[in-house]
Amino acid sequence: MRLLGLALRRLAASLPALAMIIVGLFLLLQFAPGDTVDALVAQIGGGDAAITQELRHFYGLDVSVPVQLARYLWRLVRLDLGFSAIYGKPVADVIFERLPVTLLLMGSALSFAFAAGMVLGLVAARRINRWPDTLISTLGLVFYATPSFWFGLMGIVVFAVKLAWLPAGGLEDVGSGARGLARVADVAWHLVLPTLTLSLIFLAIYLRIMRAAVLEVLTLDFVRTARAKGLGETAVLTNHVIRNAMLPMITLIGLQAGTMLGGSVVVESVFALPGLGRLAFESVVQRDVNTLLGIAFVSSLLVIAVNFLTDLLYGLIDPRIAEGR
Amino acid sequence: MDTRLMITRRAALAGAALAAAPLRAGFAAAAAAEQPVKGGVLTVHLGSEQRILNPALRASTGVYIVTSKIVEALVDLDANGHPTPVLATGWTAAPDGRTITFTLREGVVWHDGQPFTAADVQYTAIELWKKYLNYGTQLQQYLVAVDTPDPHTAVFRYSRPMPLDLLLRALCDLGYIAPRHVFEGSSVLDNPANNAPIGTGPYRFVQYERGQYIIAERNPAYWRKDLPYLDRIVWRVITDKSAAAASLESGQIQISTYNSLPLADLNRLKADPRFEVSTRGEEANAFNNTLEFNTRRKELSDVRVRRAIAHAINVPYFIENFLYGQGKPATGPIPSSSAAFYPAGSTPPYPFDRKTSENLLDEAGYKRGADGVRFPLKLVLINNGEDVPLLASFIQQSLGSVGIRVEIVQLDVAGALTTVYRDWNFDLATGWHQYRGDPAVSTTVWYRSGSPKGAPWTNQYGWQSDQVDALTDEAASEIDPAKRRALYAQWVEAVNAEIPVWMVTERQFFAATSHRVHNHHTTPRWDSSDYRDVWITD
Repeated sequence: MRLLGLALRRLAASLPALAMIIVGLFLLLQFAPGDTVDALVAQIGGGDAAITQELRHFYGLDVSVPVQLARYLWRLVRLDLGFSAIYGKPVADVIFERLPVTLLLMGSALSFAFAAGMVLGLVAARRINRWPDTLISTLGLVFYATPSFWFGLMGIVVFAVKLAWLPAGGLEDVGSGARGLARVADVAWHLVLPTLTLSLIFLAIYLRIMRAAVLEVLTLDFVRTARAKGLGETAVLTNHVIRNAMLPMITLIGLQAGTMLGGSVVVESVFALPGLGRLAFESVVQRDVNTLLGIAFVSSLLVIAVNFLTDLLYGLIDPRIAEGR
Repeated sequence: MDTRLMITRRAALAGAALAAAPLRAGFAAAAAAEQPVKGGVLTVHLGSEQRILNPALRASTGVYIVTSKIVEALVDLDANGHPTPVLATGWTAAPDGRTITFTLREGVVWHDGQPFTAADVQYTAIELWKKYLNYGTQLQQYLVAVDTPDPHTAVFRYSRPMPLDLLLRALCDLGYIAPRHVFEGSSVLDNPANNAPIGTGPYRFVQYERGQYIIAERNPAYWRKDLPYLDRIVWRVITDKSAAAASLESGQIQISTYNSLPLADLNRLKADPRFEVSTRGEEANAFNNTLEFNTRRKELSDVRVRRAIAHAINVPYFIENFLYGQGKPATGPIPSSSAAFYPAGSTPPYPFDRKTSENLLDEAGYKRGADGVRFPLKLVLINNGEDVPLLASFIQQSLGSVGIRVEIVQLDVAGALTTVYRDWNFDLATGWHQYRGDPAVSTTVWYRSGSPKGAPWTNQYGWQSDQVDALTDEAASEIDPAKRRALYAQWVEAVNAEIPVWMVTERQFFAATSHRVHNHHTTPRWDSSDYRDVWITD
């Protein structure tokens, strides 16, 4: 109950931010030259004035900007995200078709980056300034500095084209008709490369943070106390060091959840995955205001939710924080 | 007649074929010897998702790639590039050119079981083509009514003479029929059948997963007996061109068409024995890189300056080094692949000659200033393909060397269209012109005055010529093919002399096809055609 109250209070506090995002984005899009009818005409290679007039009316673009905004907000209040110009169906449907893919990709990439970053960071900190540390830190730097589309394309060239071990793209084998577990395995198989690609940059960040955090915690008094009372190195690490070193990592997850949603545009395009990032990109190019605002709305809710969960996690890992709440 | 057709085909192929020429004879022989295999799944690349899948509402190759297998038109092009019966079995024109009568195929049923009749043709022509179909509205602007004296006759009545050749050629693209019983009484733009098409074609629509794939399966009730061969076609949406090339190489897709792969990959895959990379079967869709001049700008209102700019650009060098040789310098707005209209013996009107260019600019009164610059210009690029930014940079450097400083403005397509065609906020613009089989379909609008402000790919250059306007109108309603041809030859000469738009290159689309696919690219608009007799092996 207390949790629910907390969640509701959080949501209420985020409402002004949400409204600002929606209105700001709407106005920002008005500054982009051209509207969705121009984009459509560009796609189909031409159209005369009568058609464009007809289409502007069809998409509700033949009224002034304030009226369009008012209409949009009024619909939003009634939780109606409007109609998608690109796909010709309700924005909510379009987004909820895509959301699972993005969440799956984001979830698996984040988990992998987090787990691998933690382990590698720990190893590097334990072997500081020796070859494992140098190797891990260098790798981290390479991962961080390389653009993810390059990783993606190179992954495809090596593992899909040359070695033919993994599929080149897509979410699943179209028309294989796989059901149940076979389908899960098929989707997992298709997600190996995109997940790795998306997680490499984050992995680099996590391992840097973890390494620094572990090094810092190792110098603290309670670690000396733990050692003094005769605990083995493993026990000191698992019981005292890791838990404390995790806090900055958790903070980072909350911050990066938003970035992950945006960062997946590239990965989704390269691997032809039907996620939110690509949908957002497509909506900008096609000036599909409804879809873009819908995505911003849903993404904002997602980020708020992730940050809320992060706060709860703090409490679990470090009870002192929960006390102070 | 037959001789002319033979020449048409040969000329078209000569213009198109590059590396494929020696291969084609081999394939033809092999195809004749092989027995078609029934069954199998063909996977086709879809580079950009379309908003609706209704070719009677949206004319675009992106729509045709999918829908032409599901929905059928009145006519299509045969292997010789000549209109051939599909849903229409015959046609006659009245001597005054104002009445054109189509006889329709009997025994054809829609995928939902209803019979196809003249009422469908009447409804589609009046309610879809004339009202909403891009280029259709213009083609059918003088269409008064479609009469249906019996269920298999449709009589098109026009208020001005309509050349039969123009109508038939245009109807290959702009002649897809929608089912009246599905659309009537609903809002046409909102109809659910726009995304789940119901047609009469060899394949039936099954499923559309947005952002992923579209599936169609064999139509067992297809009116051509024992066709098609394939069990199903899957179109996979892959927006990243490099990723699409990788999918082709790893066997996930078997056909990618209309230049949906990077130029570099097309060039590389040409040498790969697993694929055929060629313009074969793409002859009906030629396109040009353009350079458009805003003649409201004082310097550009002088035709000598426009000519000087054209002379300053080394087009063969650009094609060789930036386009991997995929194209040739254009000789005007009618491409050499259009044998019915291409003026014989044409040559590029403004060959590269820096000296002439500088002389023309001096003569026009624009001497180089102290810094070597004559005047600055703003170039807006209309990004249709990866070659457009390349050409923009090439133009920038070429004009720099004759003393014109060019600033490049980069926008996405929607932004560029608005900036150039509605706001007229440009000096130069570069993009693509697509030629659709007959100059009257989408080419003369680039030069005819009086286009409403904001209509993209039309004359928005502040340029007007009475002669060009008169020739355009006369040719559009001239029903004698020989006279029409002569009028267009005059028209090309007139617009080449004035160049409000300069056609820089002449190119054809490339398709990359796996050798697992058989009997493919056999007609000039094959990827926009019905795929009824293509088959696949492992």
